[in-house]
Amino acid sequence: KSSVQTIGEEQIQNPYTELLVLKGHQDIVRFLVQIDDCRFASAGDDGIVFLWNAQTGEKLFELHGHTHKITAIAPFSSSDASEEKKHLILTASADRTVIVWDCTSGRQVQKVSCFHSTVKCLTVLQRLDVWLSGGSDLCVWNRKLDLLCKTSHLTDAGISALVELPKNCVAAAVGRELIIFRLVASNEGSEGWNVLEVKRLVDHQDNILSLVSVNDLTFVTGSHVGELIVWDALDWTKQASECNFWDSSVHPDVQPEIKLSESPNETSVQHLTSDEECVFAAVGKGIYVYNLQMKRVIACQRTAHDSSVLHIERLPNRQLISCSEDGSVRIWELREKQQLPAEPVPTGFFNMWGFGRANKQANQAAKKMQENTPVYFLELVGDLIGHSSAVQMFLYFGELGLATCSADHLIILWKDGERESRLRSLTLFQKLAQNGDVQLKF
Amino acid sequence: MISAPDVVAFTREEELEDELCSEPPLPEEYSVPLFPFASHGANPWAKVASSKFTRDFILISEFSEQVGPQPLLTIPDDAKVSGTFDLNYFSLRIMSVDYQASFVGHPPGSAYPKLNFVEDSKVVLGDSKEGAFAYVHHLTLYDLEARGFVRPFCMAYISADEHKIMQQFQELSAEFSKASECLKTGNRKAFANELEKKLKDLDYTRTVLHNETEIQKKANDKGYYTTQAIEKANELASVEKSIIEHQDLLKQIRSYPYRKLKRSDFHPYEPERALDQDNTGCDQDLTTSDLAEPSETQLYAHVPSYTPKLIKAKSAKCFDKKLKTLEELCDIYFFTQTLDQLHQIERTFRGDVCYLLTDQISRALLKQQSVTNFLFEDVSFLHEKPPEKQYRGCQGLSQDAVDRKCSEESPAPKVVISLGSYKSSVECVPIKMEQEIEDSQEPKMTESITFEHQENLDYLDADIKGSISSGESIEVLGTEKSASGLTKSESQASLPVSPSPQPGRSKVGSRRTVSEDSIEVLSTCPSESLIPEDFKASYPSAINEEPYVDDEEGGLRFTPKLNPDNADEQEDISKQENLVQVDSACCIGKESPNFLEPLPDLGQKPCDEDGVVRIPPQPYRQVEPGLRGSFGSFPSHDGISGGLLPYELDSRYLTGSREVSKSSLDECSDSTSYISSAASTCSDRTPSPAHLACQASERHKKKAGQNALRFIRQYPFAHPAIYSLLSGRTLIVLGEEEAIVKKLVTALSIFVPNCGIYAKPVKHWVTSPLHVVDFQKWKLIGLQRMVSPAGVNVLHALSRYSRYVSILDADSKTLRCPLYKGTLVSRLADHRTQIKRGSTYYMHVQSILTQLCSKAFLFTFCHHLHLPISERETEESVVNRRMNFLKLQLGLANEDIKIVQYLAELLKLQYIQEPSQGVNPLLRFDYVPSFLYKI
Repeated sequence: KSSVQTIGEEQIQNPYTELLVLKGHQDIVRFLVQIDDCRFASAGDDGIVFLWNAQTGEKLFELHGHTHKITAIAPFSSSDASEEKKHLILTASADRTVIVWDCTSGRQVQKVSCFHSTVKCLTVLQRLDVWLSGGSDLCVWNRKLDLLCKTSHLTDAGISALVELPKNCVAAAVGRELIIFRLVASNEGSEGWNVLEVKRLVDHQDNILSLVSVNDLTFVTGSHVGELIVWDALDWTKQASECNFWDSSVHPDVQPEIKLSESPNETSVQHLTSDEECVFAAVGKGIYVYNLQMKRVIACQRTAHDSSVLHIERLPNRQLISCSEDGSVRIWELREKQQLPAEPVPTGFFNMWGFGRANKQANQAAKKMQENTPVYFLELVGDLIGHSSAVQMFLYFGELGLATCSADHLIILWKDGERESRLRSLTLFQKLAQNGDVQLKF
Repeated sequence: MISAPDVVAFTREEELEDELCSEPPLPEEYSVPLFPFASHGANPWAKVASSKFTRDFILISEFSEQVGPQPLLTIPDDAKVSGTFDLNYFSLRIMSVDYQASFVGHPPGSAYPKLNFVEDSKVVLGDSKEGAFAYVHHLTLYDLEARGFVRPFCMAYISADEHKIMQQFQELSAEFSKASECLKTGNRKAFANELEKKLKDLDYTRTVLHNETEIQKKANDKGYYTTQAIEKANELASVEKSIIEHQDLLKQIRSYPYRKLKRSDFHPYEPERALDQDNTGCDQDLTTSDLAEPSETQLYAHVPSYTPKLIKAKSAKCFDKKLKTLEELCDIYFFTQTLDQLHQIERTFRGDVCYLLTDQISRALLKQQSVTNFLFEDVSFLHEKPPEKQYRGCQGLSQDAVDRKCSEESPAPKVVISLGSYKSSVECVPIKMEQEIEDSQEPKMTESITFEHQENLDYLDADIKGSISSGESIEVLGTEKSASGLTKSESQASLPVSPSPQPGRSKVGSRRTVSEDSIEVLSTCPSESLIPEDFKASYPSAINEEPYVDDEEGGLRFTPKLNPDNADEQEDISKQENLVQVDSACCIGKESPNFLEPLPDLGQKPCDEDGVVRIPPQPYRQVEPGLRGSFGSFPSHDGISGGLLPYELDSRYLTGSREVSKSSLDECSDSTSYISSAASTCSDRTPSPAHLACQASERHKKKAGQNALRFIRQYPFAHPAIYSLLSGRTLIVLGEEEAIVKKLVTALSIFVPNCGIYAKPVKHWVTSPLHVVDFQKWKLIGLQRMVSPAGVNVLHALSRYSRYVSILDADSKTLRCPLYKGTLVSRLADHRTQIKRGSTYYMHVQSILTQLCSKAFLFTFCHHLHLPISERETEESVVNRRMNFLKLQLGLANEDIKIVQYLAELLKLQYIQEPSQGVNPLLRFDYVPSFLYKI
C-alpha cells in the first residue's frame, strides 16, 4: 500500500511533452553540471564524462581519462575579463585523480594524481580563484593546479560536502562534524594561501549528508537522522533546528494509518535547496518546506515519491522539482491552502492488468494540512516518467527543458513540446529560405 | 500501331474520339466507359486470345548458319509457360526481321577483314495468329569460326498483350540493352581470348613451317625449289597473312572500349599496351564494368597456360563442326549475369500493363514528393537512387503482387479505363532510340543453363490479355535500327490467313484485313532519334502510312480517368463500386492536364483555398535535368516533356505529315555512332537484390492489407487504435501467441508513419520489458504476455509507461488508448467497407494517407501558421490562426488535428535534419487520459 500522491495521465500544467533520450553512459549517471547556457556535462560510475548540447541533445564530447567512477564534478570557468571565457570542468574520481577538462576543445587540460584518498567533493572559490578538493584532507589549488596548501589528515571517511562561506571560510562536513576552515594569505607569496581550522561544530547526531548555503548570512545542514540545522554563516552559531520531520505529533493532520517508520533511511535529509525565504529539504520519501523566518515547516509532502528523494530543486516559478530512487521526477507547486482544489484524478489502468495499486485516495494526502500550521501546500502538477531506475539528479535549463540522469545509464532531456515545435518551424523556414531555390526545382 | 485494334476492342473508341476532337477532355475524365460487350454477357477476361502460351516470357533465338533460325532458351524455362506455342516458328518469324546491317568481311579497299561494330536493333513484332507480340532485340556476337565472324541472335520479350509491349517499349529496350551489353561484353572478352589463342597457334605454326623450310633449304642444294618447298613457302606466307589479319582483328576488338569512353563508369583501355601484352592484361582492360571485375582474374587465370597447336593449312571451313554455344561465346560468367538480368526483366514486366503503368506513374510521382514521401512510402523505394536505370529497374517491383491482382479483380470497367490509359501513354512515351555500338561475334546456344526457379508463377496472364486476333501476320510495330531500310508493308503473302477465332471480334478482324499476311513496319526509328521532336514526327507518320491508322486514333487519345483529387468523392464512389474506384484511382492519369496531384511538393506553392494543391501534369519519366524547366510552359514542343502532352500529341496525330517525319528520319539516320547515355548502361548493374526485397514488400503489403481489413472488421475499436498510430503514440499489441500478435502488427503496420527514411518503426515481437527508448524508436510493438515472473516485469513496465502507449490486448480483445472523436480514421477504416482484397484496401489506405500527407505538408510549410506575420503579433494569435487553419481550411475535427500535427512534426524533423547526422529520435507525447475499449 502506498500513500504516494498520483496525478494520473492528464497533466495540463506539465509542459514537458517531448523527450530525448541521450545514450552514452555505460553505468549509473550520477552527476549533471551546467557549463553554460546550452551545454552540460554528465558523469557517473563509468568514469566517462560526456558533454551535451541541452537544446539538441547532441553529444559534443566524450571525455575519457578516469579509470574509476567519478565522485565529484564542478564547473570551473575562468572569470578573467582579459581572455575569452574559458569553460573548464573539474572531475574527481575514485582513481584518486582530478582532471581539468576544456569544454571547448574537449581535451584534458591537466591531471592531478597526488591524492592520498578519493576526492569526494570539489568547490571552486571564484573570488579567490582557487579550488578546493575534499577527501581525507582538504587541499587548496590554484588555477594552474599548484597545490597551495592542505590540511592535515582529517578522517578516513573524508569530507563529504563543502560549502563556501563569507570571509574566506568554507564549511566542510566530515562525518557528523561540521568543520569551518578559513583561508588566510600566506606571508611569503602573493599567491600563497594557508588553510586554518577555525571551528568544529558537533551538533548533528549523525552524518551530515547535505550542506547548502542560503545566503551570505545563513547556511543549512541536514543529517542522516533527519536533523536540519540552520547556521549563522558569520559566527557559525546554530540559529534554528528542526529534527522531527517524521514526528507525527508535530503534524497531527497526518492520517493515522500512515506510519512512517523511523528508520534513518526514511528520515535522512538527502538534499537541500533554498531560496531567500525557504529551505526545501528532501527528507526520506518526502519533501519539506522550511520557512526561515517562521522557523518552521510550512508545507510538506510526506510521501512525495515511492522511495527516497535524491535531488530537489526550486524553480523560479514557485515550482519545485524532485527526483527519486523510484525513477520518477515530479513537479510540485507551492500553493496557498485555500486554493485547495478537489478535482478528481483520472484513474489509471493499473487494475486492468491485475497488479495495479488501488490508491485513489492518495491525492488526498496533500490536503490534509491543519489550518493553523502550514498555510501552504505542495501540489503535484506533473510527473515525468521515463527512467527505469533511480533518477540521481537533474538539471533545470529553464526554457530549454530539464535534463535528468539515472541509474539506468540514460540521460533524458525533457522539453516543452510546443516550444520545440515552434523552434523547428522557425528552423524549417530559415532553411527553406536558405536553399529555397534548390527545393523549388521540382 | 497497326495491330492495336486487338486490344482497343474494349474501349469506346469512337465516342472518345469525337469528344476529344470537339471539346476538352476534362468531363470525360470522370466517366467510366461502358463495357461494349456487356449486353452479350461476355466476360472480357475470358480467354479470347489465341495465344498458346500462358504468360509472358523471354525467348533467345539464333539465326544459325547451319540450321537457320532456332530457339535457344526461354525464360522462365518452363514448358508450361510457352505451352503449345511454336517456338521454332516464332523464332523464324522474329529472326527473319533482322535490321542489322552487319557487314563483316573484306570491305572493298581494305586489306583485312573488318569487324563491324553493329548496334543492336530493337523491333516490335506482332503475330496475330499466334497471339504473340514481341519486343525483339537483335544483337550479333562474334565468333571466330562463324561466317563473317558474326552470329546473329535475338532476345525477344513475348507477350500476348501488344499494348504492354508498346507501352513498355522504352523500358524493355533499356533493360534488354543492358542484358545485351552484358552479353556482348563477355563475348568481346571471349572473342579476344580466342583471337589470342589463334594468334599463338598461328605463331607456332609459322615457327614450325619456318623450321621446315629452313631444313628443306639446307637439304636442298640444287639451287632450285622443289614443289614441296614452294608449297611450304606459300603456306608460310598465308600463315603470316593470317597472323596479320588476326592481329588486326584483335586490335579492332580491343579498340572497342574507346568508343564507349563517354561512359563514366567505363574503364579506359589502352590498346598499345595490350597489344604487346599477353591475355591477362587485355582481359582487365576489356572490362566494361564492375560486373566483370570480380571474377575476371579467376576466369582467365587459365589462359596464359595455353599450349599452341599447329594449325593445318586448310582449316575446316565446314558445317560438320560444332558451333560454339552461347555460353561458350560469351564466357560463363557474363552469360549467367545476362540470364540473371533476363530473369529480372521477366519478373519486372510480369503482369498486366495496367499495373506496370500505374506503378510507374505512382512511383514517379512519389519520387517528386521528396518532402513527404518518406512518411508512408516504402522504405526500399526511398532508398532507390534517382537515375534512370534505377528507376527503370524498379518498375517491376510490384509485379508479383500485381499479377495476382489483375487476375483476381475482374470488373470490366476498370480495365476499360486502364486500357485507355495505356493507349494514351504509349504515344506519350518518347521512345528513346538506343543504339549500341557493339562488335558482334557469333555465339552458340547452350542447354546447360540452370535457371532460377520461378516463384509465384502467374498463369493468368494470358487470360487477361484477350487481345489476339485475326490475320496471320508479323507486324513490325516499331524498330529502332538506324540502318533499317524503312520497309513498310513488305508483303509476305505466302502466309496463310486464318480468320479470327473470336466471334465478338469481327470488328477487329475486318479492320485487320488490310494488314493480314504482311509484315508491317509500324514505325521505324533510327537509333539516333533521341530527340523527341524527331520521334514525335516520325512515329505517327509511320502509322499514317497504313490505311487503318484510324484504328489507332483512339489509342492516341488520352482516355479519361478518374481523378482522385478529392478523397471524399472517391470515398463516395467507393461505396458504390469500390473495386473499380480504387483501381482507377491508381491509374491516375499522368497525362491529364487537370490531374490534381494529392501530394504536393515544395515546388508548388500551396495556395488553393480548398487545401488541395493543383499542379500541372508531370511527366513520369525521368527527364534530363536540363529539360525539367520546360514543364512550366505547358504545351511545349521542345523537350521530352512535350511527348507527354496530350493535346499536342493529338494534333500531331491528326495532322501528321509524312514529309516531316521522313525528313526527320533522314536526319536521324545520318547521325552516326552517337552513344546514348541510356543505351549501354548494361552490364554495370548486377540485378539488384533490392528488387527481390521490393517484391517481398509487395507481398507484405498485400498481406498487411488483408490483415488490416480483417482487423477493422473484427475490432469495433479499430479507430482509436489507428488514431494512436497516426498520432505517433506507440501502440502495443499484447498477446500470448506470437502468430496472432504478429498478424495484428502486420495489419496495423500500414498505418504507421515512418519517422525518417529508415525502416518502419515497427517491432513485431518483443519479449522483454519495454523501456522509454523503445517508445522513442518503435511506434508499433508486438509484446509477449507471459505468466511467468518475467511477464510481470513486462506488464509492470507497461503500466509504468502507460502514458506513452496504447495497448491492444489481443487475448482479451481490449484496447486502452485515448479517445478518438475525429472523422478521418473512419474514412480510412470503415468496417462496412466493400473492399475485399487486401491489396485494394492497401491502396485505399495509401491514397487516404497520401491525402493526409498533403494536409500535413500544407500545414507544415505555411509560414504564417507558425511564425508571426508582423513583429507585434503575439504568439497567441499565431496559435489561433494555426488552429483555424487546421479546423477550417483543412477541415479537421478534434483529434484529427493531432494527427496532422504529428505528421507535420515528422516533416519538420525530416526537413531540418542535417544530412550528416541522423534525426535525433524524439518522443512526443500528450498528457491525455486513456480509456478502455472492449468488444
